[in-house]
Amino acid sequence: MKKELICINCPQGCNLDVEFDKEKIISLEGNECKMGVKYAEEEIFHPVRMVTTTAAVMNGFIKLLPVKTSCPIDKSLTLNIVKEISKVRINAPVKSGDIIIKNILNTGADIVATRTVGKIGSW
Amino acid sequence: MKKKVDAVIIGAGPAGMAAAVSLRENGIKNILLVDREPVAGGILQQCIHNGFGVHHFKEELTGPEYAERYIDQINKNKIDLWLDSCVIDIEKNQDDTKTVVVLSKERGINYINTKAVVLAMGCRERNRGNINIPGSRPAGIMTAGTAQKLVNIYGYLPGKEVVILGSGDIGLIMARRMTWEGANVKAVIELQSYPGGLNRNIVQCLNDFDIPLYLSHTISNISGNDRIEEVEVSPLDENFEAIKSKSFNLKCDTLLLSVGLIPENELSIKIGVKLDPVTRGAYVDKNLMTIVPGIFSCGNVLQVHDLVDFVSEEAKICGASVAKYINNKLEKSKEIPLQKRNLVRYVLPSKVEIGKPALLSLRPMHPAKNMTLTVKTNSSVELFKRKYKNIFPSIMLRINIDVVPEDTEFVEIKFEKE
Repeated sequence: MKKELICINCPQGCNLDVEFDKEKIISLEGNECKMGVKYAEEEIFHPVRMVTTTAAVMNGFIKLLPVKTSCPIDKSLTLNIVKEISKVRINAPVKSGDIIIKNILNTGADIVATRTVGKIGSW
Repeated sequence: MKKKVDAVIIGAGPAGMAAAVSLRENGIKNILLVDREPVAGGILQQCIHNGFGVHHFKEELTGPEYAERYIDQINKNKIDLWLDSCVIDIEKNQDDTKTVVVLSKERGINYINTKAVVLAMGCRERNRGNINIPGSRPAGIMTAGTAQKLVNIYGYLPGKEVVILGSGDIGLIMARRMTWEGANVKAVIELQSYPGGLNRNIVQCLNDFDIPLYLSHTISNISGNDRIEEVEVSPLDENFEAIKSKSFNLKCDTLLLSVGLIPENELSIKIGVKLDPVTRGAYVDKNLMTIVPGIFSCGNVLQVHDLVDFVSEEAKICGASVAKYINNKLEKSKEIPLQKRNLVRYVLPSKVEIGKPALLSLRPMHPAKNMTLTVKTNSSVELFKRKYKNIFPSIMLRINIDVVPEDTEFVEIKFEKE
């Protein structure tokens, strides 16, 4: 089978021509670096994406805490993960890098704060 | 209040923060960094998606993470940072210093006497008024960046049925963000025959959610009384005229505009800085100094970047030049024009120095395949040559050219088909 992909690892966005069978990549053209090899393999057999969204934070100088998954997760689960994160309420202060939810939906990924949010009045 | 400093940096976004840190690293201690927002970081704080820092920090960060790395350096270096403070004017003094007028809730009106000024005000989005869409003027029409701030900072979803005009990166990012937050994004409409944003954002923000992208289309009418109800979408002919006979309607309650960015140069114009009509940023020399001595420019107020990594790099170079200027060590050199030819939309800086290498930023006019970029002197000495499989206006190229030989009159830069 053949497929055309666009690599999403960096802004260059290489056009990839991939040939593959049921188990493996047979040939790959168009990638300008080795990140394209990993991307093609993942995108064909088990596509993954990073999720970045916000979680509600209480008593903070802002109302929303930006968060991300600690690693890319199964693409089909992104919407479920955003919904799951919308259920939590976090208390300030929070530091960038703090784990907010461990092993979300059994994906193996943690949800990590990406901003330091002090208490009200502490900008 | 009156105050005397060596440099005032206007804007504490990625450019201003990197310029301030660079000034400190180059030994300039008495500096003031000013921002009108209550927190530093500029636009990065609302860009909660990842993809920042791949070049500069060699890891993939979100906007707030990238900002925090610099805020930490500002704090560590004890750089004087005034927030909630707005610069309303810059005046030239007889002794070549400048007076920067800063309004601040906490400090009132302040007159800051400074040897140098760094313009790092960033850019703002083009709005409905800039592109003249016919129709009524209901609520629900806003720029993609406004929607981004509403969703990511304030926690409001501006609408449920969304159409996006323009395929710039912010529009694409917001297509995914609004979808994740429960809105139905019906279409992205793009005037050009190619997307305005990066390919990877087409994949992960549109294709992942089956959001259609209509290239060579525009919105030819807006209807709705209190709230927007419908847009009319028309394909375009080769003269960019709407083909009304083929138009169709999309019902929506929100229209997001992602139709380009304009450097915010009102202050710069006021003090006599000359702007390039293509970039709408200042004309600068290789030190990133504008035509007004002592006034420098970097980041998106100089040229709209697609990568913050390059903003940081540019601002670092700017900070080093400003430090030299303050110490009276900025040597006056012989500069010759850099002329753009085939397919080069703009190149910055517009002049290069004899006897020195140079770092150039440029963008092509339109996408093309298998092009060779060359930089040659008027006597055909090659200073740079590289082949590109694909070039896009959405991807800025940054290149290092060889030392410009003596007796060169001008240098030209062009793309050629292989």
